Amino acid sequence: MAYINGVGIISPQNTLPGSGFLEPAVEHTADFLRSVEPVYKSYIDPIVSRRLSRLIKMGITSAKICLQDAGIEAPDAIITGTGLGSVEDTEKILGELTKEEKFLNPTPFIQSTYNTISSQIAINLKCHQYNSTYVHRCFSLESCLIDALLQIQDGSATNVLAGGFDEMTHNHLTIIRRLGLWKREVIRNLDLWTCETPGALAGEGSAYFIISGERTEKTYALLAAVETLYRPESTGETAAFVVHFLSENGLIPEDVDIVLMGNNGHAEHDSICNEVIMQSLPGAARVLYKHLCGEYHTVSGFAMYIAANIIKRQLIPPSLLIHGLASKKLGNILIHNHFRDTDHSFILIRK
Amino acid sequence: MANRVVITGYGIVSSIGLNADEVLHSLMIGHSGIGEITRFETIHKGKLPIAEVRKSNEELLEIGRLQELKNYTRTALLGIVAAREAAEMACINEGRHIRKGLISATTVGGMDRSENFYPLFLENPSKGKLSEIIHHDCSDSTEKVAETLGALDFITTISTACSSSANSIMLASEMIKAGMLDLVIVGGTDAVTRFTLNGFNTLMILDRDGCRPFDENRAGLTIGEGAAFLVLESEELALKRGKIIHGLLSGYGNANDAYHQTASSPEGTGATLAMAKALEMNAIAPGSISYINVHGTGTKNNDLSEGVALQKIFGGNVPPFSSTKSFTGHTLAAAGAIEAVISLLSIKQNCIFPNLRWATQMKELYISPVATLVKDAGVEHVLSNSFGFGGNNSSLVFSKYNPR
Repeated sequence: MAYINGVGIISPQNTLPGSGFLEPAVEHTADFLRSVEPVYKSYIDPIVSRRLSRLIKMGITSAKICLQDAGIEAPDAIITGTGLGSVEDTEKILGELTKEEKFLNPTPFIQSTYNTISSQIAINLKCHQYNSTYVHRCFSLESCLIDALLQIQDGSATNVLAGGFDEMTHNHLTIIRRLGLWKREVIRNLDLWTCETPGALAGEGSAYFIISGERTEKTYALLAAVETLYRPESTGETAAFVVHFLSENGLIPEDVDIVLMGNNGHAEHDSICNEVIMQSLPGAARVLYKHLCGEYHTVSGFAMYIAANIIKRQLIPPSLLIHGLASKKLGNILIHNHFRDTDHSFILIRK
Repeated sequence: MANRVVITGYGIVSSIGLNADEVLHSLMIGHSGIGEITRFETIHKGKLPIAEVRKSNEELLEIGRLQELKNYTRTALLGIVAAREAAEMACINEGRHIRKGLISATTVGGMDRSENFYPLFLENPSKGKLSEIIHHDCSDSTEKVAETLGALDFITTISTACSSSANSIMLASEMIKAGMLDLVIVGGTDAVTRFTLNGFNTLMILDRDGCRPFDENRAGLTIGEGAAFLVLESEELALKRGKIIHGLLSGYGNANDAYHQTASSPEGTGATLAMAKALEMNAIAPGSISYINVHGTGTKNNDLSEGVALQKIFGGNVPPFSSTKSFTGHTLAAAGAIEAVISLLSIKQNCIFPNLRWATQMKELYISPVATLVKDAGVEHVLSNSFGFGGNNSSLVFSKYNPR
């Protein structure tokens, strides 16, 4: 258990400092939901910035926004998670390899390394503390949070900078479209839940949090617990896992006010989300959010941003789609996500 | 130490052997795995040496008792062979109600297959076999290893460049100590790819004569491939299960150099901090370290930075040290686990393995590595260093197991 004392997020919505809380929703009618990026020169020296690829800039900048939000200069640990790291740099090298291996520019290779962003932040902050990076699909950010909680629990750290990021590129989108999991046509993101065509909408984003052992005036909410479930045998097992997870945190299903659902528009994926939550938490209000950010491996970061703000502001923005009635007092929010029913993750955010 | 974490199994596959016995034999007779590129086509063939596992994917499939080659990347195959050995040694499925985890590490995951996909795909976006790209992401090899191990309560993958699997070992220990897991299969795997070879080549840090760690005339590292896994569990559980304990994980430290994306600081700041943290964890005095398995890549930069850090921590009494990358090449994400297994073999065999191809004292340092095998070395505590790009530095301490 720890506090969320700062948030820094770059997403396909207006989530930069000074923006409202997902109001109004940003509309996208494109192949994928692209992040609304800041003017980077306010955050990164333009000379340095020129050499950095897009994800690296997003990652470093959202980390800086997060530190500013929490009013922290030096975290005690930097931990990140990413499903695919800098896809743009990786693709550059793979492209060069087709040209007789005669390329000489080391920059894409250096930036394709998954820990580039966590170490760039360390270099920027001159932070010599614990530093690590997780790369396990939709467990990437969750593993990072589990590690952050461990660092706090054993007294190694008070303030952990923890974040997850992934980017979408046109080549990568083409590949996943060919795999059949994503929409093949362009739709308006806000029509995702009424759209009849199969498949998820692709998205991207970078979200950081200051996870802290101490409550401050900046505290948004409690990060009560994070759990992952690997390869459950049935939906029943997953649902039972949810109830057990809650009980370990002193809660019963009726205590959960909102579930931030993993639904992404892909029918098979969504039916698993619905079944798990209907079976385990039939009374909770189910909130859909992926029409705002799209689907990507570290999408739970966007959900955590929503949960932390709902708790702090005690309101649910109308841009979110809500099924069922949420209680007046919003105290307990569960975030669920899964990848092909193999990797299920649960994050419990409390007041 | 309330909750000691012990090692009850280990497995390794590398250019110097397909299992722990073969690796030990090579280390004892001074047989290096560095040689010519044979497994894939590249313009660097005959020019740049590498440390290949001398088995084809088909052969690895058979060793791993698997079917359907198309389901596996080389990274996964190497990982499965090593993890199987570790899991069988520790009999991980003996015992009831044990919460088990798998924490793996890799730098490029299924890149060996992605490389087959991209040339066709870039020519025509509807071309390229999808079966070549679906294994790309880093979790794929971890899942493939998981499929051979039975039910698991936790799974994740770490990628912090060349210190990746050392960090896996640290996380596993933290989770056991916190009571989240009882037993963890932990390690890392990386296959040599054209991606990696060319990437390092653009940095101009590959030694055309094979790496010569800590030698004045060293000219870079040699890329290797391989995998290693260890079984970590609480001492209490290991005793209850009646398993042989091969060693104790008695310290670890992770620190960031925070200096440069690819270069280590001349003062060895991150390296010094990582080693100091590892020693402090259980108050192991620097003087009681019997052997240091150094990171020792053979690059100008690493060996100087690490050497300076060693002199800082140990002063005038730097323990015997060697870089076994002179045998295995630099196996990237697997290096931390491979060298953890070698550290355990050092304890088991009571030997200090040599640093091959060392000839000339480095001018900036007053220390030099062990150049020939030392037997009856009285090995009690081994310090193992793994440092990566991005200044991700980690140090581990393994100790001879003495029942309390």
